[in-house]
Amino acid sequence: MDMVTIKINGLSYRVPAKSTVLEAAREAGIDIPTLCYLKEINEIGACRMCMVEIKGARSLMAACVYPVNEGMEVFTNTPKVQQSRKMTLELLLSIHNKKCLSCKRSGNCELQKLCSDMGIDNENRFAGDMPPAKYDASTAYLERNNSKCILCRRCVSACQNQAVAVIGTNNRGFDTQIGCAFEMKLNEVACVACGQCIISCPTGALTEKSNIQPVIDAINDPDKHVVVQVAPSVRAGLGEEFGLPIGTNVEGQMVAALRRLGFDKVFDTTFGADMTIMEEASEFIHRVKTGGKLPMITSCSPGWVKFCEHYFPDMVENLSSCKSPQQMTGALIKTWYAQKEGIDPEKIVSVSVMPCTAKKFEIARDNQSAAGVPDVDYSITTRELADMIKMTQLSFNRLPKEEFDHAMGVSTGAGMIFGATGGVMEAALRTAADILEGKELEAIEYNEIRGTKALKEATYNVAGIEVKVAVVSGLENANALLEKVRSGEKEYHFIEVMCCPGGCVNGGGMPIQPASVHAEYDLKALRAKALYEHDKVQTVRKSHHNPVLKQCYEEFLGEPGGHVAHEVLHTTYVKRSK
Amino acid sequence: MQKRISTLPFNDTPEQAEKLDAVIQGLKGQDGAVMPALHHAQDIYGYLPLEVQRKIANGLDVPLEEVYSVSTFYSQFSLTPKGQYHVSVCLGTACYVKGADKLIEKLIEKLGIKPEECTQDGKFSLTACRCIGACGLAPVLTVNEDVYGRLVPEDIEGILAKYAG
Repeated sequence: MDMVTIKINGLSYRVPAKSTVLEAAREAGIDIPTLCYLKEINEIGACRMCMVEIKGARSLMAACVYPVNEGMEVFTNTPKVQQSRKMTLELLLSIHNKKCLSCKRSGNCELQKLCSDMGIDNENRFAGDMPPAKYDASTAYLERNNSKCILCRRCVSACQNQAVAVIGTNNRGFDTQIGCAFEMKLNEVACVACGQCIISCPTGALTEKSNIQPVIDAINDPDKHVVVQVAPSVRAGLGEEFGLPIGTNVEGQMVAALRRLGFDKVFDTTFGADMTIMEEASEFIHRVKTGGKLPMITSCSPGWVKFCEHYFPDMVENLSSCKSPQQMTGALIKTWYAQKEGIDPEKIVSVSVMPCTAKKFEIARDNQSAAGVPDVDYSITTRELADMIKMTQLSFNRLPKEEFDHAMGVSTGAGMIFGATGGVMEAALRTAADILEGKELEAIEYNEIRGTKALKEATYNVAGIEVKVAVVSGLENANALLEKVRSGEKEYHFIEVMCCPGGCVNGGGMPIQPASVHAEYDLKALRAKALYEHDKVQTVRKSHHNPVLKQCYEEFLGEPGGHVAHEVLHTTYVKRSK
Repeated sequence: MQKRISTLPFNDTPEQAEKLDAVIQGLKGQDGAVMPALHHAQDIYGYLPLEVQRKIANGLDVPLEEVYSVSTFYSQFSLTPKGQYHVSVCLGTACYVKGADKLIEKLIEKLGIKPEECTQDGKFSLTACRCIGACGLAPVLTVNEDVYGRLVPEDIEGILAKYAG
């Protein structure tokens, strides 16, 4: 690597020639505050928080975009720099809704932290006119409160990175607001509900639409049987909300917390994931054998499904008809479980905890009501679960490790890795290969499709058939791949798409980490590692060996892909406009 | 000021549609095509309603939000149609101190529309503009190419009457 020598605050450092002043300074252990900077997503030098003095430069420079060069002398903490940062904050505060005490992001707000760090002592120094407080709660999954917006554009970049780009900066100067074209509401545009904007937001301008209250009401209603299911990724992220290192698996404490919150049964969505594999593998084999529509594309990720419906309506038939693991688990709770336990499905309240905001949209889709009532009644995010735990003042880190309820809490390693990009494909291959070969295969780790690379491709020989697979995460990558599939440039049999970059572990409902943490750690890799390690120590690692799942097919569903399975576990899609 | 969005129905002639199609075809695939496309479209239609911006977005394969973002950033782009007679009141410093704001108030009252709007019958539209360099005549307004200066609010009725017929 080419290196250059620069001086920061009078000391010499050797730094990579391609780094920015910000990267070089952080490498040297000198932090420079930022607001609009979000590594690899938003590097535009807009907010002017990271200003530094550079010897010979006419004015202060934005460290996040200023490249280093040989002999450069940088000063990060001069009175001029300090004064500039302070004034930038005071100006931001002049149009900011400063009701911090009741803000969802209080304690985890980058603006709040900077004001504290920089010693802001008068939040009303530039008090004056306030722009109109635009507010959008038109969807089931998101709330935008522009009175908390600092116009950093991180959400806009996140949306563009997802090839969706339905939000942007409208008007100019004092009138600038983040919003949709022609001031449409979010439910009128082709938003896919991924929530990447939410986890990019440094303040409280963007939050998920909360479903905590109806869940608490259901728990407190003695007539309701409240069942909760938890997605694999939640256990790999929830600990962050309680100060644990990124990538800590907190499955046991999480189950204990859910019981103490008052849920009657605590189930694992991983069970639904195993079910998805059975159905998806059998659908895939069926498509291959009968000349059905290929490539088959996974349908577990509701953000991806909505994207496909809006942007590739001609390809919705390529989507697997399988419901997502959340919906399969929900459907089986209100059918099989309800029958077995003799509970009226109408009295069951089915709650899911998801790393995802699009799940809030998915629960209200058509053909997601196997028992004539919605498969899932409320979907809450990992963050909302953390909020519920905090509200009840549970000492999360001191809770004992407990196990899921047996009825639908037995899972496999295959179901566990659903949370990471490549996981669904690997789980499906573990099962499909066994079924097609007609024997137990020992080699079950498909390393070619693991990792956070944008696109992974592989060809596997399964029972004499060449199966070409592709795995993508992040909709920009999915968009590029699908264009190639559409044009015939690329041919596959089976494609796994996850909406969020890196998969569900980086979902829009996961704990929000500040930009400084994003710059230092690869969140998606660390969280995914927790899932793969969990898979490794499982005694059962293939979906078709899940004992409860076998029981469910024997007692209730019949054959995978059979009539009952179809009624309960499969769904339909629609074509939507762009 | 935030750009006003027209609520009037969009009327498009086949000639206009054809012209816009040709513009889009000519710009397709070029970097920075949104700005020139919007300029041409405004020449063709007089303003940039949703239907026109959507056509540009789809034609150039850029997000609609991006097109809208550009159209609301630059002051020369308008999202409301111009009337047959476009009344433009100068709000430059000289006109302003000579009471141009009172002229606008009168026009709002007489026409029943706000600045950046057009009357239902398509006859009059109203805007407040920057200095047009006729400070010696302050306060001044224009109706299409006609210039009226040294005005008081009582003059407004007579001026509008000339075009109302």
